[in-house]
Amino acid sequence: MSSRVLVGVKRVIDYAVKIRVKPDRSGVVTDGVKHSMNPFCEIAVEEAVKLREKKLIKEVVVVSCGPQQVMETIRTALAMGADRGIHVEVTGKEYETLGPLQVSKIMAALAKKEEAKLVILGKQAIDDDCNQTGQMTAALLDWPQGTFASEVTIDGDKIKIVREIDGGLETIQINMPAVVTADLRLNTPRYATLPNIMKAKKKKIANVKPADLGVDLTSRIETVSVDDPPQRLAGVKVETVDDLVAKLKEAGNI
Amino acid sequence: MLLRRMSQNSALCGGVLRLPNSLPGGKHQKEAHVSVHNARRYASQAAEAVLDKPAVGADSTTKSDKVEKAANMESKSFAVNMFKGQISTAQVFPYPSVMNEEQTQFLRELVGPCSKFFEEVNDPAKNDALEKVEDHTMEGLKEMGAFGLQVPADLGGVGLTNTQYARLVEIVGMHDLGVGITLGAHQSIGFKGIILFGTPAQKEKYLPKLATGEHMAAFCLTEPASGSDAASIKTTAVRSACGKYFTLNGGKIWISNGGLAEIFTVFAKTPVKDQKTGEMKDKISAFVVERSFGGVTHGPPEKKMGIKASNTAEVYFDNVRVPAECVLGEVGSGFKVAMHILNNGRFGMAAALSGTMKGVITKAVDHAANRTQFGNKIHNYGAIQEKVARMAMMQYVTESMAYMISGNMDSGAADFQIEAAISKIYASEAAWIVTDECIQIMGGMGFMKDAGVERVLRDLRIFRIFEGTNDILRLFVALNGFQNAGNQLKSLQKALKSPFGNIALLTGEVTKRARRKAGLGTGLTLQGNIHPDLTHSGDLTVKVIEQFGTVVEELLLKHGKKIIDEQFVLKRVADCAIDLYAMVVVLSRASRSLEQGHPSAQHEKMLCETWCTEAHDRILQDIGFLRSSTSKQTFKNLRAISKAVVENGGVVSPHPLGF
Repeated sequence: MSSRVLVGVKRVIDYAVKIRVKPDRSGVVTDGVKHSMNPFCEIAVEEAVKLREKKLIKEVVVVSCGPQQVMETIRTALAMGADRGIHVEVTGKEYETLGPLQVSKIMAALAKKEEAKLVILGKQAIDDDCNQTGQMTAALLDWPQGTFASEVTIDGDKIKIVREIDGGLETIQINMPAVVTADLRLNTPRYATLPNIMKAKKKKIANVKPADLGVDLTSRIETVSVDDPPQRLAGVKVETVDDLVAKLKEAGNI
Repeated sequence: MLLRRMSQNSALCGGVLRLPNSLPGGKHQKEAHVSVHNARRYASQAAEAVLDKPAVGADSTTKSDKVEKAANMESKSFAVNMFKGQISTAQVFPYPSVMNEEQTQFLRELVGPCSKFFEEVNDPAKNDALEKVEDHTMEGLKEMGAFGLQVPADLGGVGLTNTQYARLVEIVGMHDLGVGITLGAHQSIGFKGIILFGTPAQKEKYLPKLATGEHMAAFCLTEPASGSDAASIKTTAVRSACGKYFTLNGGKIWISNGGLAEIFTVFAKTPVKDQKTGEMKDKISAFVVERSFGGVTHGPPEKKMGIKASNTAEVYFDNVRVPAECVLGEVGSGFKVAMHILNNGRFGMAAALSGTMKGVITKAVDHAANRTQFGNKIHNYGAIQEKVARMAMMQYVTESMAYMISGNMDSGAADFQIEAAISKIYASEAAWIVTDECIQIMGGMGFMKDAGVERVLRDLRIFRIFEGTNDILRLFVALNGFQNAGNQLKSLQKALKSPFGNIALLTGEVTKRARRKAGLGTGLTLQGNIHPDLTHSGDLTVKVIEQFGTVVEELLLKHGKKIIDEQFVLKRVADCAIDLYAMVVVLSRASRSLEQGHPSAQHEKMLCETWCTEAHDRILQDIGFLRSSTSKQTFKNLRAISKAVVENGGVVSPHPLGF
C-alpha cells in the first residue's frame, strides 16, 4: 500500500470578515480582505496528519488550486504537519470561474498521479457553500465515498466512517481507495505553531499547471449577479390579536 | 528617589554635560566636582552606557577616550540632531522598510496562527480573575514558540528580527497585556542580556530551554531602596579568593516572573579595582543566576492593580554561589548591560500598546456606530467624533514610532536611545488616554467589567511606571539632547578661539543665528524627503525644529551645567522633543503611503496634517513659555506650593467651611 493521502485545502475569505458585494455585482470584494484556510479543510488536514501520526498512512500531500496567494494556505497546512504540497496554478479568468467540477477534475488527476489511497476534503467551503467537490471527485475516480465524516477508522484496506446525517449518525464501511469529506465534529484542528511554521519553510511545494494534468478548466457556469441578502424591513406593532390576524391575511401569510 | 537626589546634587551634570568652563554656569563646576564619585546616577550613566556602545570588551583606561569620541561622532539619529536645530534624515526618511521578501512572507504566515490563538484560546478576563495565565494557555504559548521569538533559530527559537517581533507583540498587546508582560519579562528583558552580551557558551547553555519556555526568565534590578535610581542597588556579589565564583546576597522586589523563573538576570555590586588609582570601588555587574544554584527563593505573588495575570514577586539571594562564567558582559559593566537591555526592549512596548489601542478603538467605534441617543447614532455628534479622531491619531503616531524604531534597529542603527525612550513615553501615555476615552464613549457600559475595557485600563497603568518611569525618561530624553547640543556648542567655542582658521564655520553659524532671530528660515528643508502634498506639514516641522534648536541653545547658555537641576524646564523640553519626533515620524509614514498610492493615503494625510498642526502649536506654546518671564515665576510658585504641601503633610489651605 502506498499509503499516501491527498488533502485539498482552499483559500477563502476569513470567516470573521464582513463580506461586501462588488458595486458591479460580479462577485464579492476580495482585494485587501483577510483570507485563511477553509475551516473544513483544516479539519481534513488535521485528520490526515493524525492518521500519519498513528502510522496508518505514510505521507500527507496537500493540494490547493489558485493564484500565488494559495501558497500561504499550503504553507499553513505544512505547518500543521502535512509533508509536502502541490500548488496547482490557476489564475485570472480561470480562477474566477473555478468551481467544484474543475477542482474535482484536478483532484482526480492528482489522486491517480500520486497513487493516493485516500483523498480527504472538507465537506464544503465557507465561501460558495457548494458541498460538491468530494462527491464529484469520487465519481470521476469511480471510488467509494464517505461524506460528512465525524469519525474515521482505518482497518486494513477498509475504512469505517461515521457520517452525520439528518437526525442521527450513520456508520458505513467502504473500500480504499476512497474519498472522504470532513464534517465539523471530526476533530479539532491544531494551531500551526511558530517553530512548525519555520520547519514548514523547508518542505517542498511542487508547482503544477492544470494542462500538465490534462485537465480542461472550461466552466459552463456564468455568474449572472451577486446580491446582498435582502435588508430586513422594520416590522409593525399591532394593537390586538384581531389586527394581527387581519394583517397576516392581508399579507397572504394565512 | 532620583528626583530628590538630582535636585540636591548638581554633580549629576559631571556625567551628562561636558560643557566648557567658559560657558555661563561654569562657575558651578566646583560644587560639581565635590561628589563626582557618587554622582553615577541614572541619567548620567545611561548616557554614558549608550554612548559607549561598541565597548563591550573595552579596557577601562581607554573608556573615557571612547566616550569622548563617540560623543563627538556625527550621529545619524534624528532626535539627537533636532536638539541642535539640525535635520538628519537618514534614520527617518524614507519610512523604513527593512524586511526582505522572505522575511515578509514568513511574518505573514505567523500573524494568522498567532492572532487565532489569542482570539480562540486565551481568555484575558479569566487570566485576570485567576491572577495567573491559565495553564492550558501557558502550555499553548510554549508550544506556539512565543517564549523564544528572537532566539536564533539554530538555538531553538523563531529567530525574529525586531520588526517581526514588533508585529507579533502587537497582537499580544491587542488581546492581553497580562500575558504580554509574562512574555516580555521573559524575553524582552529576562534573557535579552544573554542574547546581547552572552558568550557563545552562555547562549548555547541557556537559550534552547528558554526558547521553548521550559525555563522562564526574569530581570532582577529593582530593590526596596533602589527604583529609578538604579545605580544605588545594594545586592552584592563578592568574588571568592580562588576567583572561580561570586557569592550573591540581596533582595529584589517587584520582579515579573519572579515566582516562575528558573533563570535570572541579576544586577549586583561587585568590588572592582580602579585601573588608574588602584582603589577598590563598588561597580555594578550583571549575572546569569540559575534557581538551581541554591539559595534563590521568592515571595508570594504580589496583589496588583493590573497585569494581574503576570506573576510579580520578591526574589531573594542568600549566599548564592554563582560561577564566574555566569558574569554577563564584563565585571563592572553591569549598569551598561542593564541600560542596553532596557533600551533594546522599549520599541516592543510601543508596538504592544499600538495593538492595545487598535483593540479598544474597535470597541469604541462599535459602540459609537450602534448606540442611539437623541435620535441619532452617537458617532454623528462632534463630541464623539473628536474623541474617535484623536484616538486614531494617537494610535497612528504610536504605531509609526514603533516600526520606525524597530526598522532603525534592524538596519543596524546604534543610536536610537532617545527615540526608544520617546516611544515608550508616548505609547504608554497615548494608550492610557485612548483607553480612557474608549470608556468615556461607551459611558456606563464601558465602566462595567463585562465590556473588558476597565481591565485594559488597569493593565495599562504600569506602563508609565516600569522600565524607567516616564518622568525619568523625560529627563533622560532632555539631558541626552542637551549633551549632544552642548558638544556642538563646545566645538563652536573652540572655533571661536582660533577664528581665522574657522571662518567658514563661524560665518555659517552667525548667519544661521541671525536668520533664526529674524524669523527667517535657515535653509533647512524637508523637501525631497516628504510627499509634495504634505509640504505644509513639512514646513511646520522645519519651523519647529529651528525654534527648538534655538531654545535648546538659549537654555544651555542660560543655565550651563545647572540645566540638570531645572526639571521644570527639562520636562517641557522633553515634551517638545516628543511632539517633534512624532511629527517627523508621521510625516515619513504618510509620505510613503501617498507615494505608494495606498487606498488609505488621503486618510493618513489628514492624520498627519492634523497632528502636525496641533503639535506645532503645542511646541511653540511650550517654547514661548520657556522664554517668558512668567515661566520663571510659575516654576517658583510650583516649587513653593509643593514644598508647603510636603511640609504640611497634605494640603495647606483650611477647609472652606472652616472645619
